[in-house]
Amino acid sequence: MSYYGESIAHSSLLGVGLGILLGTGINFGIIVVCLLFGILFLWLQQSKILSTDTLLGVLAHLALSIGIIVISLNRIKIDIHAFLFGDILTVSSNDLWMMYLGVILVIFLVSFNWSSLLLVTIDEDLARAEGINPIYINLLLTTILTIVVAVSLQIIGLLLITAMLIIPAATSRRLANSPEQMALIATLIGIFSVILGIFLSVEIDAPSGPSIVVVSATLFFLSYLFNFLIKKN
Amino acid sequence: MKTINALISASNVSVFKHNKSILKNIDIQINKNDFITIIGPNGAGKTMLLKCLMGFYKPNFGEIQKKDKLKIGYMPQSINVINTMPMTVKNFITVRKKYDDISFKQVVSEIDIRQLVDKQLSVLSGGEMQRVLLARSLLNNPDLLVLDEPAQNLDISGQLSFYKLIQEIYSKRDISILMVSHDLHLVMVSTKKVLCLSNHICCSGKPQQVAQDPEFISMFGKDMANMMAVYQHTNHTSQIDNHLIDGEIK
Repeated sequence: MSYYGESIAHSSLLGVGLGILLGTGINFGIIVVCLLFGILFLWLQQSKILSTDTLLGVLAHLALSIGIIVISLNRIKIDIHAFLFGDILTVSSNDLWMMYLGVILVIFLVSFNWSSLLLVTIDEDLARAEGINPIYINLLLTTILTIVVAVSLQIIGLLLITAMLIIPAATSRRLANSPEQMALIATLIGIFSVILGIFLSVEIDAPSGPSIVVVSATLFFLSYLFNFLIKKN
Repeated sequence: MKTINALISASNVSVFKHNKSILKNIDIQINKNDFITIIGPNGAGKTMLLKCLMGFYKPNFGEIQKKDKLKIGYMPQSINVINTMPMTVKNFITVRKKYDDISFKQVVSEIDIRQLVDKQLSVLSGGEMQRVLLARSLLNNPDLLVLDEPAQNLDISGQLSFYKLIQEIYSKRDISILMVSHDLHLVMVSTKKVLCLSNHICCSGKPQQVAQDPEFISMFGKDMANMMAVYQHTNHTSQIDNHLIDGEIK
């Protein structure tokens, strides 16, 4: 399910196109399209017609392609490159407020449902036996991922958002002793990667998304090295 | 919903998937202090029956009634968290559970996992993991313990000591047990009722009755039936069995 986030991110370009086309604004478009996509995916997964990987592979790339077609057919003047790989210069102060709001919402949703999210991740049947309906938790996860995609799209870019969902968490896995620690350390690593990545992108005049990913992947390899050296001693 | 005396009562339950019958006209009642073992070949619908009884899966036909405020402790075959997340045994056992320190310590000493509580899940052996899963399912003092092939991944001595533990829990607690198990000859001493499933209920009853049932013999063979009879008939055998278990643990 790691690529679930990637699929939602891929569908966001369609949201961008429709948002501009219908005049509702990019953010609104992204949130509506990503949520619908997430729900469609959960529904298809529930019906068990296709395997999860196949489903994600088909839907994610279909959504990305439709997004690009909608944008080019309607001659919408946006820099697709900026949405694919992130461009910090496209972020307005309005977007910043959206980010603050999104971050607060995500922290709120995650911390209030932490133990349920954790238990569904460990084992869905175990969660069911204790009165949780995994469908609701998966819907919640879809909502959280949608918000994350919407607020980070312009900085990281939709092709690289998955990297930021996976790499900081994988780095933190080596350093943490509990799921709570892992989440906290991953957040700190994420913040640090973004700050350092943006400095790097200014310094060498590179797009912000790839710079941030390079920094976070470097931290990932360093954490392995660190672990290896500690074990050796 | 009318009130029922049984903990769970299922009548005429049928499940179809892809036009294939998984469960057919199942009637089963789980009463207080029952110890029911479900046996059957692979694909017999054992896990599906558990899922229906616990309410995870809605059968296509039939009715399942649960007693009001029934507390179920469920022990899955295995969990897959181990490599994706760091987690201590204590953290895992207590996730999303309302518990106090006393009942936690009680369960820990009952299942004998005191030396494990601060360890990471990822370093546990198969047998240790099964004990931890069992401890989690018991923390809320359930009325009914549901076990799905609990000893499947254990070696023979691990299986013996695990079933001995289940037997102890059953005799010390006011609890009902519903278990899917292939290791019939090992649970024979404890189980009070055997239910032989092959999409429909082939036969059910006390272990020695089931062992003589022609359907059982045709499914598991004469050897298995004889083996069950040996375990069943004399207490002497079970004493030897217990003795053997002690030898294996220590």
